[in-house]
Amino acid sequence: MVQAISRIWRSIKQRYNLEGVHCEVCKESFFPKRTICPNCRRKGKLVDAKMPHTGKIYSYSLVYSAPAGFEYEVPYFVAIIELDNKVKIFSQVVDSEVDKVKIGAKVKAVFRRVQAGKEEDVIAYGYKFTVV
Amino acid sequence: MNVGIVSYGYYVPRLRVKTADIAVAWNKEKDVGEALGVKEKAVGAWDEDSCTFAVEAARMAVQCSGINSQEIGAIYVGSESKPYAVKPSATIVAEAISATPTLTAADLEFACKAGTAAMQMCMGMAESGMIKYGLAIGSDTAQAQPGDALEFTAGGGAAAVLIAKDSGGKANLIATLNDTYSFTTDTPDFWRRQHAEFPSHAGRFTGEPAYFKHVIGAVKGIFEKTGSTPKDYDYVVFHQPNGKFPTRVAKMLGFSDASVKQGLITPFIGNTYSGSSMIGLASVLDVAKPGQKILMCSYGSGSGSDAFTLTVEKGIEKPGKRPSESVLDYINRNKEYTSYVGYIRNRNKIKHLE
Ligand SMILES: [Zn+2]
Repeated sequence: MVQAISRIWRSIKQRYNLEGVHCEVCKESFFPKRTICPNCRRKGKLVDAKMPHTGKIYSYSLVYSAPAGFEYEVPYFVAIIELDNKVKIFSQVVDSEVDKVKIGAKVKAVFRRVQAGKEEDVIAYGYKFTVV
Repeated sequence: MNVGIVSYGYYVPRLRVKTADIAVAWNKEKDVGEALGVKEKAVGAWDEDSCTFAVEAARMAVQCSGINSQEIGAIYVGSESKPYAVKPSATIVAEAISATPTLTAADLEFACKAGTAAMQMCMGMAESGMIKYGLAIGSDTAQAQPGDALEFTAGGGAAAVLIAKDSGGKANLIATLNDTYSFTTDTPDFWRRQHAEFPSHAGRFTGEPAYFKHVIGAVKGIFEKTGSTPKDYDYVVFHQPNGKFPTRVAKMLGFSDASVKQGLITPFIGNTYSGSSMIGLASVLDVAKPGQKILMCSYGSGSGSDAFTLTVEKGIEKPGKRPSESVLDYINRNKEYTSYVGYIRNRNKIKHLE
């Protein structure tokens, strides 16, 4: 499954640098980006903001049956990561000892191939997380 | 020259393959790897490539520098294992460290010395005032044909150095790059043509007329240019195609074994090609003290060597200027062994039906 180039290109800042938004009114951050603050609605003031690259595992799962494009990677961990600013994001967890992947484990973002596709395709890079 | 290193970063992938396992796979003597001075080598996971290595090394360098990455005016990535034949890794690195859009960037190729060629470019541009900061990166993944002798040594890794002009009193530098000297000839000892998957090499020819001739040529040249001798250096770092050549060339040039040891990393992670001498330099900067002198010399097949003389500055002792973990500590701690089959599967060397 190859993603459209425009979609890969549009998500570069989000995928490379965890760029989301921060509401200057309610002081809450959101990732991925929103166009309207879910708390303040029209009164909110959203500015681009990089999320912290560190956090902890909120919940995780070990995937044995993967979607197309990921068949050769099983088994692999996916997790909901709670970043240091409380924002939760979904990510793969890589390069980590199996018994260290658990709820509460401290993690940091790493830069990996997210989707490589075939020889003729554009490579999509982005964040994954690793237990520190 | 009036330029130096502001900070450095490195990256070595977590997976390791034992050279004894490679020998078993190809029915070779179990100690082939040990004879080359390489017990195990670092290899990338299925979702890593020379570009992801470069990003990790670059991020570490930028973090230690404390600078605003928007002030980086040039990024050069030296590699012979670029994920794209056409499309720069340097732009991906630039975006991943938030250095875009006001900068120049390009990928360089000169076998194992493209990273030091990047350093020289940044030195010239910083000294002339064209840029404030330049980021030079050397990064490669293990490229070797299964069953070939290269497979025992070809590892993966990257290093990055951030280069700037002395801002006055060298307060911004951790080491001064005093001088550089290059020695270059047309020598076909190792190559890979456009659509070939793996590099080819000229066997024993890669030694005397290639590695030794160019490294010795560059080091003798910089001795003459700077009026220095081996005794003037506390540390020496060479390109490390295996664990044996660097100590042999050090002896030929009159350096002590002790001065080579700290920068000799290939025995633990293999030859990281464009990353090799630069990771060695990072390991030396991990421990070097202000006032100490370093000589570094790369080698790239094809062929050429870039020699550099450095003086460690007081800035290196400022908190946070060095990475939080030394190269040697990191590679000893962060590793996981994979089988030979696991390694070639990750490098996508096994044919399978789609
Ligand atoms: Zn709000």
